[in-house]
Amino acid sequence: MPGLTHYLVVSALLFALGLFAVVTRRNSVAILMGVELMLNAANINLVAFNKYVAPGAMQGQIFALIVITLAACEAAVGLALVLAAYRTLETVYVDEINLMKW
Amino acid sequence: MSGEAIVFYLLAAVTLASGVIVVTSENIVHSAAALVPSFLGVTGLYILLNAEFVAGIQVLIYAGAITVLILFAIMLTEGGTGFGTRQRNEQAAVGAAVAAAMAVLLIVIATRTGWTAGSGTLPLYTPGVIGQSFLRQNILVFEGTSVVLLISLMGAILIARRED
Repeated sequence: MPGLTHYLVVSALLFALGLFAVVTRRNSVAILMGVELMLNAANINLVAFNKYVAPGAMQGQIFALIVITLAACEAAVGLALVLAAYRTLETVYVDEINLMKW
Repeated sequence: MSGEAIVFYLLAAVTLASGVIVVTSENIVHSAAALVPSFLGVTGLYILLNAEFVAGIQVLIYAGAITVLILFAIMLTEGGTGFGTRQRNEQAAVGAAVAAAMAVLLIVIATRTGWTAGSGTLPLYTPGVIGQSFLRQNILVFEGTSVVLLISLMGAILIARRED
């Protein structure tokens, strides 16, 4: 039977993968993918704690639903920013984007 | 090994293996496509954790909407797969070390802490309980999220609009 620790370990590994993408990728869309992986890892934690530590309350699952909603907002705004940066600076590689205004 | 354990290890392997493809692939379209099995593996973990409603929302929003959004952004910006372009910055070794240290730290914390098992049981039909909770004690969060959703989508349209 997998217990709470199993889920926490999977979530820690997924979080580390996302962190690796965020700190090493040059493409800003790939960085956003890393952020999505990290948010998923956090959501696994919330739902697992809901089941194993506080099964009487539903707050963990509700928190996970709110995080999923806000992740959708974050993806929409982030990709809009990528498109705007690409239109003015003609690159999506974050180490070449070094201007706040053109 | 029980059936639940076998399913858990299978889902964890699918999630983490596609996560590795997402972060290491040189082809950015392959990365975006590998997000789908990763999100579906997380969906399976939610079902194992008796969170069916969260699992359904995960399929709809992550595997459906966000992946398509990312693919559209790739097609609108790069005009290709980015293959042949350097995809990693000069800090790849340091970044890998930091990520590995973070993973070790989190795993040590998760395994060394004595988590107290809670009392009570999950309700059998969680979607109904979640819906009632959203319209009773969590109504403020629910309404606040709807305002954030509206404002962020308006902001996304405003930012991405071609100025003329």
